[in-house]
Amino acid sequence: MENNLLSFIIFAPLAGAVINWFVGRRLRNEKIIGFIACASVGISTIIAFYLALKSNGALRSTESIFDHLWTWIQVGRFRADFALAMDRLSGTYALFVTFVGFMIHLFAVGYMHGDRGFYRFFAFLNLFMFAMLTLILADNFLLMFVGWEGVGLCSYLLIGYYTDRKEAGNAAKKAFITNRVGDWGFVLGLMLVFYLTGSISFFEKPEHGVISALQAFAGMGVDPFTWKSLFAGGATSVAVLLFIGAVGKSAQIPLYVWLPDAMAGPTPVSALIHAATMVTAGVYMIVRCSAIYTHAPTAMFIVAVIGAATAIFAATIGLAQNDIKKVLAYSTVSQLGYMFLACGVGAFAAAIFHVITHAFFKALLFLGSGSVIHGMHHEQDMRRMGGLRKYMPITFATMLTGWLAISGIPIFAGFFSKDEILWKTWSAGEFSLPSPLWSKALWFVGAITALLTAVYMTRMMIMTFWGSERFREQDVDHQLEGDAAPAPHSVHEPHESPWVMTVPLIALAVLSTVGGFIGVPYALGSLFSDHPVSYIDQVLEPVLSHVPAGVPHSERAHAVDEMQWLSPKPQQLDGAPAVHALEGPAASAERAHSPEEIRQERFLAMVSVLIAALGIGVGWLIFQKRPLLQMPRILENKYYVDEIYDATIIKPIEVVSREGLWKLFDVGVIDGFLHSLGDAVTEGGRMVRHLQGGFVRSYAAIILIGALALIGLFAYFGAHTLGLAR
Amino acid sequence: MGPQLSWYLALSAILFTIGVVGVIIRRNVIAMFMCIELMLNAVNLTFVAFSSFFQDVTGQLFVFIVMTVAAAEAAVGLGIIIAIFRNRESLDVDEASVMKL
Repeated sequence: MENNLLSFIIFAPLAGAVINWFVGRRLRNEKIIGFIACASVGISTIIAFYLALKSNGALRSTESIFDHLWTWIQVGRFRADFALAMDRLSGTYALFVTFVGFMIHLFAVGYMHGDRGFYRFFAFLNLFMFAMLTLILADNFLLMFVGWEGVGLCSYLLIGYYTDRKEAGNAAKKAFITNRVGDWGFVLGLMLVFYLTGSISFFEKPEHGVISALQAFAGMGVDPFTWKSLFAGGATSVAVLLFIGAVGKSAQIPLYVWLPDAMAGPTPVSALIHAATMVTAGVYMIVRCSAIYTHAPTAMFIVAVIGAATAIFAATIGLAQNDIKKVLAYSTVSQLGYMFLACGVGAFAAAIFHVITHAFFKALLFLGSGSVIHGMHHEQDMRRMGGLRKYMPITFATMLTGWLAISGIPIFAGFFSKDEILWKTWSAGEFSLPSPLWSKALWFVGAITALLTAVYMTRMMIMTFWGSERFREQDVDHQLEGDAAPAPHSVHEPHESPWVMTVPLIALAVLSTVGGFIGVPYALGSLFSDHPVSYIDQVLEPVLSHVPAGVPHSERAHAVDEMQWLSPKPQQLDGAPAVHALEGPAASAERAHSPEEIRQERFLAMVSVLIAALGIGVGWLIFQKRPLLQMPRILENKYYVDEIYDATIIKPIEVVSREGLWKLFDVGVIDGFLHSLGDAVTEGGRMVRHLQGGFVRSYAAIILIGALALIGLFAYFGAHTLGLAR
Repeated sequence: MGPQLSWYLALSAILFTIGVVGVIIRRNVIAMFMCIELMLNAVNLTFVAFSSFFQDVTGQLFVFIVMTVAAAEAAVGLGIIIAIFRNRESLDVDEASVMKL
């Protein structure tokens, strides 16, 4: 159905950005600028909730809401519309992005108080909301790419927001350039999608004569599970190329290095862009393209392995960081790894569920850290904190819920989503994994990551809120090794933040606590209720593709398509079990749960609770006594990955550029050619110059010689020979 | 035997050569100017001789055009020569080899 309100969701923040940029800079009034910025996002939030949750809204009916603004590009068969669409997936995303975005805007009004670039900050932040919502609500790959680049640009602008700090500028460039590597994959994937299907639209739009590229993929056969299919130019190639884009944007191995550096930006930016919304765009894109991934088992395997590897890798680094924001940054990378792990094993709904709960608790933790930094007068080093719970009770209480949520303590949001991912990994079929052992191995990696997560979060909480008040000790600087020149800092009394900062904290704390109940898995829900409902599964079920269950390897190459997509046409071919979406998600959910599985799932849930409790316990025991415990140096130095990249990639590029491209090619070839051209002309001029000495008589002599030469020519050859006579 | 065409042409060639040599070897601008006039009149003589020889009046018409041009050239040239003399107090063309004073 068509609804023009949809465009207001994206254009309200754009209007806010334009107003703040042109009018706000002259006003220099923080109240008005803050109000414009928050109100524009508030409008988006209200419209998004209205469109998604009204009686025939995007989340409640199987029909999507479309808003066709204009046809953007039409060349031959290629057609890209500037059109928005809200289906169950983009609706879910739009809800939490607008809501969390609104909360963070509110928080930022307090956090950025007194900053000289106040208007600039909010103009960029609003522009980011515009780009992010464009990315989510785009109805085709190309418009999604516009949003994708837009958020990258805003990320660059906001990381480098403190223009007087060198490291902020460097971090911004690093983020931008690293993302270019990923975007290369995205663009190639986009082209390949068009090449294979003749369409780049996500949706079927008969009234515009547009077919859905995803549905076209759903109609194709499943690629064989071989490495060769990576380069075959089919669904697997598309999936891997798109995944390269996701790796860049969502900070996975090997392109994760920009995200920790991105913490040079203001803390609300870290919360909004580098924790809650932008970095989950990669997950969104993969889930959006689930129809492609479920036809590309090799690609899914790569996604799962990269996700799991990133999760545990980043978690270990997070153990040893001393900057409160760096801990959270590595934690974000690690949690994003979980989401990709879920995508890789075909648990797309679980991935989205974790995106949502992660948006709540990680935004909360980042805003909490922002509140701490604000209260500590811009001190980020946890070694100079400690004992803050007395001074900042609200921040402490809210961060406590965030801590429990990310650690995976039951009832809190993180428990349900993380447990769902771990269970889906454990029970993953053989579709995207070479052998059943892989699912257990990946589960084990995920479980260890959960343990590490609990440990490093406990360490962070203890260093910040418990223990002695180290910010009073002047000599603490001398105990800290690694600080080359400890800046002399005077002792400020920490203070609690104003209400604009604590209200978003409280709202997000409530959501981090109860937010998990939207996706209680059947096995746990059935303990307490006869008809447990996992709302997130129920909502997302119709728009996700599923991996074909129980197809043996040998038959997989010929496996018939049993994917379902929006308004599906059930296909029954070769006796493969066609899943009827019309049966309803509840029915399919009931069918999937055998008593044996339920027992297993409950057991695993218990295991993850134990892991979380163990992690917190271990963390408490180690760091309660010695919060400044020296961590292994290799972890503190992030496995020297930055140094390795520097030595293997950046330095060679620099050397080749300086010695080869600049000194050899540019100076030698290009400049050399131009210089020799110029020199030749100069030399020629210098010689010819003597002809024109200014002596009238020499001119006369030259004319005479010329005339004699011409006459001589005619006389010698005759006019006929020269072809001048008729 | 009356004068032949070749006599006229020989006289004309001699006059023209004197003019050319004079332009090249003389430094006095007035003398160069007179040599140019000499060259023009040598050509005029050729025109008239051919006109008589071919019984064609076109040659004489050309002589009038050349004379008109020569008169105009003399007016302009003498003007320039006077200007140069006022500025440099010299009629030597080699001293006027640069534009600026």
